[in-house]
Amino acid sequence: MKDSCLDCHSNLPEPLGVSAETYSQNIHAQKGLTCAACHGGDASSDDPEKAMSGAAGWKGKVERKQVPELCASCHSKAELMKKYNPGLRVDQFQQYKTSVHGMKWAKGDGKVAVCTDCHGVHDLRPPSDPRSKVHPTNIATTCSHCHADAEYMKPYGIKTDQFANYEQSVHHDAMVVRGDLSAPTCTTCHGNHGATPPGVANVTAVCSNCHVFQAQLFETSPHKDVFAAMVLPGCVTCHSNHAIKHPTDEMIGMGPKAVCTNCHSQGDGGATQAEAMHTQLTELATAISSSEELLGRAERQGMEVSQAKLQAAQARDALLKARVSVHAFRDSEVKRDTDAGLAVTRQTYAAGQKAMEEWKFRRVGLGLSVVAIAITLVGLGLYIRNLEQN
Amino acid sequence: MSSMTNSVRHWLEERFPLDDIKTLMEKKKVPVHRYSYWYFLGGMTLFLFGVQVLTGALLLLYYRPGADEAFESVQFIMTQVHFGWLIRSVHSWSANLLIFMAFAHLFSVLFLRSYRKPRELTWLSGILLLFLMLGFGFSGYLLPWNTLSYFATKVGTEIPAQIPIIGRPTLLFLRGGEDITGSTLTRMFGFHVAILPAIATLLIGLHLALIQWFGMSVPPALEAEWRAFPPEKREVRFFPNFVLRELMAWYVALGMLGALAALFPWGLGVKADPFASAPAGIKPEWYFLFMFQTLKLIPAKVVGMDGEMLGILAFGLVGAVALLLPFLDREKPFNTRRWISGLACVFLGYMAVMTIYGWVAK
Repeated sequence: MKDSCLDCHSNLPEPLGVSAETYSQNIHAQKGLTCAACHGGDASSDDPEKAMSGAAGWKGKVERKQVPELCASCHSKAELMKKYNPGLRVDQFQQYKTSVHGMKWAKGDGKVAVCTDCHGVHDLRPPSDPRSKVHPTNIATTCSHCHADAEYMKPYGIKTDQFANYEQSVHHDAMVVRGDLSAPTCTTCHGNHGATPPGVANVTAVCSNCHVFQAQLFETSPHKDVFAAMVLPGCVTCHSNHAIKHPTDEMIGMGPKAVCTNCHSQGDGGATQAEAMHTQLTELATAISSSEELLGRAERQGMEVSQAKLQAAQARDALLKARVSVHAFRDSEVKRDTDAGLAVTRQTYAAGQKAMEEWKFRRVGLGLSVVAIAITLVGLGLYIRNLEQN
Repeated sequence: MSSMTNSVRHWLEERFPLDDIKTLMEKKKVPVHRYSYWYFLGGMTLFLFGVQVLTGALLLLYYRPGADEAFESVQFIMTQVHFGWLIRSVHSWSANLLIFMAFAHLFSVLFLRSYRKPRELTWLSGILLLFLMLGFGFSGYLLPWNTLSYFATKVGTEIPAQIPIIGRPTLLFLRGGEDITGSTLTRMFGFHVAILPAIATLLIGLHLALIQWFGMSVPPALEAEWRAFPPEKREVRFFPNFVLRELMAWYVALGMLGALAALFPWGLGVKADPFASAPAGIKPEWYFLFMFQTLKLIPAKVVGMDGEMLGILAFGLVGAVALLLPFLDREKPFNTRRWISGLACVFLGYMAVMTIYGWVAK
């Protein structure tokens, strides 16, 4: 479809300029929509007077305040959107109005995010496009444009360290470094169009969307009622919200890096349970490490230990289960899993020892064989000499 | 003890002409000269083949030739069977040493000109035996059914497919179908334990009979020397003098095999997964490396013809020349002997360089 707007505006400097290349990558342009769809006017006319006339419905520059309703004029209409993408939701504007952004927008705040701040304007791409500002790998960066700007966020009185903290987290590592698109980003926990920070009571519900077993165990743990009574934000209490680091066994117990010490004192019931769990976990981790080291040594010596190594994977699974069981906050739950793992490590360690003993046996056998062969060779040599002398 | 030995000997002498056999064995002589040590290579090759037969028979007691069972049966042999690790490792190391020794024996016979009249058929049977040993190596390599052997066989069977006309039928014959499957495994197993051993038995029997019939060859220059100065000719009895010396060499080889098996046991690898992609840098065993590396380096097109096909045909030509060598060796009207030695040296150097290159190349 002819879009005469680009004929001029592709040659104009910023802010009026829009390159044809940029606009060609816009999802709206690819679906056949012209500039007039948002700005009004007559995109088929080459005469600027006619193209940008009031009669043709020319709106001109769309103010920030007008953006949500402008976008909603299409994106909220199910019958219209079906023609372009039947799978696309049409409740974004409804959701937006429930969000912190939307509620402040409704009160006339021109600084809060509107559709174009996240999705882009003329370079608007579908979220599945890795170059889109709302592609999962780019969402955190997009949010940080405002939420990491201390000066910009001053009037709102909220922290601006979320992005910096997120960058240190395992979730960021999974998403951005390893490319796991199922890893959480800002919108996973806060919502996208209806973006609102989860309330204290809702944190566990949010985390449990992925961390199902941990959440189930927590629900039956002694911590559930205590946290609720103390108005503690569930999982965030121990794991933080944005700077969620990779958990270690040192987090449990009464050691210097343990989170339990934030509430528990040495000697109290909780501390005893925590120390017991820590001991169980480290005991299994050490046993796994020892048996893997022994099996590795045996393998380097040329011994066949593949079956034992396969079995050792079961011990690692048991340790993983035990680390999940921690969320029941009862050492008996953890002990059940660590005991299963220790049973496996005893077998794999024994297999490693057997392999090393076999290795020593082979060396001794080789030595004896070489001696026997050497004696035979000397005997043969002497016999030949004797034979030929006679 | 000695009375029992005498009783047994007497029992056998009543039924078999042991004295005649002893006289025949003592009558056979082995020339002694500065190149005599090369005579041991043939016996060494035979010894290693014997080790292969013995260890192979023992492995057959536990090996199961099927895609679902082969790897596991080898794993069982290596881990559960008493001294299974030793038998399997000796079998694998001995296979490599056997092929090396076969090549060494071939080149020693070539440079000592032992192929010349009247020993042409001995040479012919020897070359065919070398091809058989390579066939043993190729067929046996797939039997553990691990990743390396699966993909090496896949690449290896694709090479003859380049030969015009017979290429595709050859590929289908070797694989038992389009792809490497359990059918290929059972086929290779059949080749390895039945067909090739049967042919090898006949050829080895013929080869040894011809050696016994014609006796040991002496290099032409030495033969001329001895004709001129008969007193300089030295010989030892084959039995027991040469046999005892050969026994010493066999014991050394046995010790080496044991040491290799104990110090560097043959690995099991990872079970073959036909759906996985080929490991990067997959290459065949060392004895095929020089051919493989050559084919990799030949340009795709050479004077308008397919490069790989030309390479295969070139190696085919080398094989044909090797077979017909005794008939190409002549002094009149044109002395080809120096050419033969020179080309053999060049080819030996080429094999060595390309094998090393293929080994270190990624």
